[in-house]
Amino acid sequence: MGSVEPETVPYDSIVCVKQVPDTANVTAEAMKEDGTVNRGALPAIFNPEDLHALETALEVREAYGGSITALSMGPPKAAEVLRECLYRGADRAILLTDRRAAASDTLATSYILSQAVKTIGRYDFVFCGRQAIDGDTAQVGPQMAEKLGIPQITYLEELLGVADGVVRIRRNVGNGWEIVEGRLPALVTVIGSANKPRPAAAKRVMRYKRARAEAELASQARTEMADASDDQRQAEVQSRAAALNERGLLIEQWGLDDIGAELSRCGLSGSPTKVFRVQSIVLTKEGFTEVPPTADGIRQMIHELVIDRTLG
Amino acid sequence: MIEANRQGEVWVFAEQEDGALGDVPLELCGKARALADQLGVGVAAVLPGSNVGGLAARLIAHGADKVYLVDDPRLAHYQTIPYARVLTTLIEKHQPQIVLYGATALGRDLAPRVASEMRSGMTADCTDLAISDVTDPRSKELHKNLLLQIRPAFGGNIIATIVNYDWWPQMATVREGVMPMPEPDESRRGQVVEETVEIDETLLALKLIERHVEPRKVNLKGARVIVAGGGGVGSKDNFKLIYELAGAVGGAVGASRAAVDGGYIGKEHQVGQTGTTVRPALYVACGISGAVQHRAGMEESAKIIAINSDADAPIFSVAHYGIVGDLNKVIPMMIKALKERR
Repeated sequence: MGSVEPETVPYDSIVCVKQVPDTANVTAEAMKEDGTVNRGALPAIFNPEDLHALETALEVREAYGGSITALSMGPPKAAEVLRECLYRGADRAILLTDRRAAASDTLATSYILSQAVKTIGRYDFVFCGRQAIDGDTAQVGPQMAEKLGIPQITYLEELLGVADGVVRIRRNVGNGWEIVEGRLPALVTVIGSANKPRPAAAKRVMRYKRARAEAELASQARTEMADASDDQRQAEVQSRAAALNERGLLIEQWGLDDIGAELSRCGLSGSPTKVFRVQSIVLTKEGFTEVPPTADGIRQMIHELVIDRTLG
Repeated sequence: MIEANRQGEVWVFAEQEDGALGDVPLELCGKARALADQLGVGVAAVLPGSNVGGLAARLIAHGADKVYLVDDPRLAHYQTIPYARVLTTLIEKHQPQIVLYGATALGRDLAPRVASEMRSGMTADCTDLAISDVTDPRSKELHKNLLLQIRPAFGGNIIATIVNYDWWPQMATVREGVMPMPEPDESRRGQVVEETVEIDETLLALKLIERHVEPRKVNLKGARVIVAGGGGVGSKDNFKLIYELAGAVGGAVGASRAAVDGGYIGKEHQVGQTGTTVRPALYVACGISGAVQHRAGMEESAKIIAINSDADAPIFSVAHYGIVGDLNKVIPMMIKALKERR
């Protein structure tokens, strides 16, 4: 990336990141006796393509200046990925956490995130990973773009440059690529082959490893002060938060009320799609079946493959 | 969203590129036909583009009763916002109950934007679809004839069935190659309905600078099902059996080194250590003895069927289903069984 003229106009980015169970690396601990996966036992990781989105934002800031705000929606524990963003260079981190946002599908999630982006206010880019590995839907980025009323440029492979508020991007279109230009602000989704995400910077780890969101302080207080009253705990959380804030280590935390979200559009009530049934895939290796070379034998085999959903 | 509308048609988004239809809209026409017959409604394809009216006949031959044609030079190259405007305008006008899109790069860019604008449900990457009555476990309310949207999730560790009770239309993207390609019926008659959708300059947010796409190559890596032939197929001419089985199962065609060396098929189809390493949901090895170099490229497949006349062929050591027999007899029986399934 680079421009011919020294470009002085800075561009501000918001990067959406998600903490996800590591579905690609199922550990022995997460395997149940019956050969299905205990999803709760999978380690929580930074969604891989979101790291590439963050890297793209860091490259934009290096080339043009500007700020990077990392935004994550999830339970208090999701602050872990926000710290990872701070370690890699994000200027600001916001945790969006609210019990009423639980069970949101992609439509409700994109509504909540877009409200948070509107609350942040000024931005040129919203960067997202193409998709998260827990659902693989790739829907939240495009749906946020629609709710923000801005263009979407999906599957970024290379950001070729920005000039006069117009970005030029090479995007992967499956069987090839295309180069498009679009006026900012725009929402851009980034794929894994776009870049090589930098590791955490040691100095920034030292600086931000104690950064916490208030929700994390609250769960910490629940374990440390099990016998204290709610008021005592609340007072302790407030005083710890104030101390962190003074040192610039308090991760901002917003709930649905802070972003002016209509509750009917959040959580289960804002989600058109409902999970009706979940079947675990049995991963234990089955034995060998010898199929007789007869019409009946083959019909039976095809039937089994339809039943276990190998065949659509 | 639109109101639940049980008289609404079943729609297929007819994705085309440079005036050519891929396989997936045709596969979807076949599936839409089956769903619509069960619901007692019609199938319509939505075909936006520039000078694409000639594609309507193929959509009809593959199962559409109607084609909504939106022909506009500004739709010559796909971009999200104007295409989304076409879909939302027509959905509001005609109130379909189901809209299906291919889970291609384009379909996965377009469909969520349409769903967001409509505020309706959207399920990505389905591998199966069915119609069923569903009782909402929360309200206990019975919903007749809903679309079951079935997809793997959690890295393929679970299969989830998703429904959308009332934020209609019910919309889904469907993976390429999972629905069997229907036999085209050139005698089918259908109606082409020309539609106009207002596309002003403000909707054309992006400018296309350069584009480089290749005709669809053999995509062994991405294939959910692979049917591969080996030396036991015997001749280039006989390799058409492998293609027929792959067509019936909606899979890609692979080959062993022996088949490639024998000139039965091109090297781009080769699976194995010197070819492509694959791990599809189903691998059907036909007349492949199973040398270690070949097994190394396919033994991670979730399910393996081996067909070989030699009961001692090493391929059986990695197979889940083994058929000892003549592939010239076994493959036609498999094609017949596949066509009769369900």
